Amino acid sequence: MTLSDDDVRHVARLARLDLSDEAVEQLRSQLADILAYAEQVGEVATADVPPMRHPFGLRNVMREDLAGESLPRDEAISAAPEAEDGRFRVPRIVEAEQ
Amino acid sequence: MTDTPRAAPAEEAWEAVIGLEVHVELATATKMFCGCSTDFGGAPNTRTCPVCLGQPGTLPVTNRGAVESAIRLGLALGCDIAPSSQFHRKNYFYPDMPKNYQISQYDVPICRGGALEVSTDTGTTTVGITRVHMEEDTGKSLHIGATGRLHGAEYSLVDYNRAGIPLLEIVSEPDIRSAEEAAAYVAELRAIVLALGISDAKLEEGSMRCDANVSIRPRGSGAYGTRAEVKNLNSLRSLRRAVAYEIERQVTHLEDGGEVVQETRHWDEDGGRTYTLRTKETTEDYRYFPDPDLVPIEPDPAWIEEIRASLPELPAVTRARLMEVHGLSREQVAVLAGAGLVAVLEEAVEAGAEAGEATNWLTNEVVAWAGERDADPARALAGVHLAELLALVADGTLSKKLAREVLTDVLEGGGTPREVVAERGLEQLSDEAELAAVCDQVIADNAEAAEEVRQGNAKAIGALVGGVMRATQGKANPQLANKLLRERLAAE
Repeated sequence: MTLSDDDVRHVARLARLDLSDEAVEQLRSQLADILAYAEQVGEVATADVPPMRHPFGLRNVMREDLAGESLPRDEAISAAPEAEDGRFRVPRIVEAEQ
Repeated sequence: MTDTPRAAPAEEAWEAVIGLEVHVELATATKMFCGCSTDFGGAPNTRTCPVCLGQPGTLPVTNRGAVESAIRLGLALGCDIAPSSQFHRKNYFYPDMPKNYQISQYDVPICRGGALEVSTDTGTTTVGITRVHMEEDTGKSLHIGATGRLHGAEYSLVDYNRAGIPLLEIVSEPDIRSAEEAAAYVAELRAIVLALGISDAKLEEGSMRCDANVSIRPRGSGAYGTRAEVKNLNSLRSLRRAVAYEIERQVTHLEDGGEVVQETRHWDEDGGRTYTLRTKETTEDYRYFPDPDLVPIEPDPAWIEEIRASLPELPAVTRARLMEVHGLSREQVAVLAGAGLVAVLEEAVEAGAEAGEATNWLTNEVVAWAGERDADPARALAGVHLAELLALVADGTLSKKLAREVLTDVLEGGGTPREVVAERGLEQLSDEAELAAVCDQVIADNAEAAEEVRQGNAKAIGALVGGVMRATQGKANPQLANKLLRERLAAE
């Protein structure tokens, strides 16, 4: 399994991480090792093995459509670094450059 | 389509290929994965809880009502209901979701492979339904700055009341070939959603939203051209105009030697044009992965059959039945269905009204009244009351003119037609003895006109009938008054 520097930078950009060139080089080999390890699954996962959707084996965990309590607004926004007029205040939104 | 007339040669040379993505906000009581209320209009952030705010350590639990709505729509569209479907996380950085991902469905949506029959003036076509999947709605952002828009804003304020409300996304195959077909598809889908009672499906208010993928190709070609995705289509009219504009734009561009760029375009309703929102140089990378907090949905076949058995008559079947059984025209049925008055008509017919007569009252008086007041006519008028009103006209109690006034009172909440008539003392005066006395008085008061009638001037009787109507405040039965006046003037 090989990864290019550009692959690493792409993933870093998606995660909004600013990596130094040294970090890119270090992560490139570490990520390649992780992917190679995960690829071993392919040796046993043949066409006749359906993909596992969930490890617990549980199905259909659902609740009835009945309203419960919501949080009081002050509590809802209490953990926000900034709020204004009962709304969460967030910094200027910048469209990501891909 | 008059907005963008297309030159005939271009129309012959090019074919439009359109696919639609429609989002429907479900009318469940609670959100998709938590018990917060979905009631509209609460103060900002008063319908939130640790789950829909994405607090660490919380667990989403799927709303059974939303799954049932998805299955209802899937069955109505002839889709296969997946024996096992699953939720995925769609990852992106934007503060409209506090979790930094939206829970959606990816490779195993709950419904796949349906179809919708769509009729326009030029014919009927079948549009394939690729899939129907469940997801959660996002919060609403308010951009603060000089422009009031995202671009140039200093910061934004977010309200998460809407975050987590259940949505269904219905994706069509690229089977649509014109702006008219696109609008007809959305109108039919909306009618089905309303008949199923799973959403109020208001395009103008955002409980139904539509994006159009538009491309063109040389007619006869099997390949697909590069497509543009058009957003901000807040009415059927916007959809029709935007798609027509976009087809025209692409044709002009290609014929001028340009290339269509894959991009997202925004429809500007006032300007009547689309403009570039963002260019998709690379495909968006949402890194979907299965949500480990949610287990697969595997609906019991018995539950699916129970839902199938509870489906109402679908709009296309209703329309065909109204035409066949009641002899109504396609246009009449379209007006009735568009105004949500089919059930009112059927109740009126059940209560003894003649279908054609009842339809005329509904499609003229009632639709006009509702249009003036922006009201829902089906809430204002019961079918039995329409039948009662028509019976009062038929037995001579009310003239048509008075019946219109009574209908308005009934629509405004003034009671049943009989109650309105009694309260306002509006019964048409059809008692012969009582009316005869009025006629005698009018003849005596209008000797000149009476003499003209006696001399053979039949037209002069109009003045006398008018006198009788005035004397009775319009309540006299005019046919009876006319007859009584003639008898009197001939006998003397």
